[in-house]
Amino acid sequence: MRLLDPTSERQPATRERAKRIDVIAGHQVALLDISKPRGSVFLDRVEELLRERGAVVTRFAKPTFTKPAPVDLRHEITAKCDVVIEALAD
Amino acid sequence: MNPPDGLVAVVKRSCPTCELVAPVLVELGDRITLYSQDDPSFPAGRGALDDSSLDVSFALEIDTVPTVVRVQSGRVVDRVEGWERGRWEALTGVDGLGTGLPDWRPGCGSRTHDPDVVDARLIAATVPKLRARVVELGDAEDEVEAMYARGWSDGLPLVPPTEARVARMCAGTTRAPDEVVAVVPPDLVECTVEKVAVNAVMAGCRPEYLPVVLAAIEAACTQEFNIHGLLATTWFSGPLVIVNGPVARAIGMNSGLNALGQGNRANATIGRALQLVVRNVGGGRPGEVDRATLGNPGKYTFCFAEDEAGSPWEPLAVERGLPPGTSAVTLFAAAGVQGVVDQLSRDPESLARSFAACLRSVAHPKNVFVWDALLVVSPEHARVFREAGWSKARLREELDDLLQIPAEELVRGAGGIAEGMPEFLCAPGTRLPKFRAGGLLIAHAGGGAGLFSAIIGGWASGAVGSEIVTREVRTS
Repeated sequence: MRLLDPTSERQPATRERAKRIDVIAGHQVALLDISKPRGSVFLDRVEELLRERGAVVTRFAKPTFTKPAPVDLRHEITAKCDVVIEALAD
Repeated sequence: MNPPDGLVAVVKRSCPTCELVAPVLVELGDRITLYSQDDPSFPAGRGALDDSSLDVSFALEIDTVPTVVRVQSGRVVDRVEGWERGRWEALTGVDGLGTGLPDWRPGCGSRTHDPDVVDARLIAATVPKLRARVVELGDAEDEVEAMYARGWSDGLPLVPPTEARVARMCAGTTRAPDEVVAVVPPDLVECTVEKVAVNAVMAGCRPEYLPVVLAAIEAACTQEFNIHGLLATTWFSGPLVIVNGPVARAIGMNSGLNALGQGNRANATIGRALQLVVRNVGGGRPGEVDRATLGNPGKYTFCFAEDEAGSPWEPLAVERGLPPGTSAVTLFAAAGVQGVVDQLSRDPESLARSFAACLRSVAHPKNVFVWDALLVVSPEHARVFREAGWSKARLREELDDLLQIPAEELVRGAGGIAEGMPEFLCAPGTRLPKFRAGGLLIAHAGGGAGLFSAIIGGWASGAVGSEIVTREVRTS
């Protein structure tokens, strides 16, 4: 029997992963809040710990947790930061 | 194959009228080119060119045999169907044809209209246009098990999407198989009519359902409806498709008894096809991007038609801005069905208060304007409003008033319940609306007996989550 494939048949592009960093001190770190209640509690503490270790921290937030981050926001984080940490909730 | 210019007749031996006119055809001799759809030795005494492939019959658009046409420069300029002495004489320019025959006799159906012929030609014409990867199963493989093994199923058995079935499904729309319908999350993949058709076959749809499925996918994949977030949420919701307009009756949808339940093929398979597209084309699967804590059985399929004929009110799609008589789908991020019983209210004020009391419990009685809801009013409840002359707007106005809830009851901690609205929204003396503006939909459906209605709770509403989206169904 011959069936037609119901799936997308997409061919994802393979990209090299960004180089991992060894020491956090001196690096630009983005903290992305997905805008769910109390996600900021977690990020506040992460920010504190990162600053203690010498990281330069910038905070970002998605407009709503129900939708993917807008392209502009992703570009801004990519342009400004070396590392991004995203806080999930629930 | 093109027929020559001049007089051309198409016949088949199994047609009694063709048998009747056989002597006339013999008499016309070389003045007419003759094609037979079933037996080139017919008629005896002259024979015919073989058109058992029906190429000439299709080219001449033959509906009836016998048909006589005059072809000029490859185009049919005159045509007579069946036997009609006067018109045959006028067309052939020969007088005194078939003198012993009756003046008129209708013909028979052309073989081009035989269902098996139509089907075979449709498949032959469509399959070469299909682009999906072919998955060839071995003779020893069970096709249903093979589809499960590839992860294509929602858990229930699927109809195998053979090339023939997909070709027939594609005939349910005038849109080309390679036309892109939508970009489907979460993988953001361009989805063609063909891919929708493959999944619609698997869901069990008939081809005439396809326009509704296509409209539902277009609506679901808008930025406003946000099927990505709806899929990903830990909440119960999945897409509900409410169908309005003539298409609902044309394809045999259920808006009556058990409208939200099982047993109707169109209701069952349209909702399922949408979910299979999200699963297979978009790549959205439970345990992966779908993070529902519990989910709900409507995530297999959730689709029904509004009972417009029996409704005291304008249809949902009309209320949402489409002209009356338009076929449409409305998509709602539905969490599940909650029954409302009121067997005693005989006046609209009392019944509205029942509705309001039950609507308050959507998601949580102390949560407001985050969750949308759809109220499905059954015929016996709708009768109360009809007899009192209440419009839908009047009912909504009443519900809006009744659902202005004192903030003291909503604030976190009130009633000994930690859940609730934050204090900064709950100044003493204020009231908060249960639903945002436009967040309460009202539709009419259900069987004739039962003083029950249904509340279908929603999900995070509006720009924060999902907006209710209505789209026209393109049936031509």
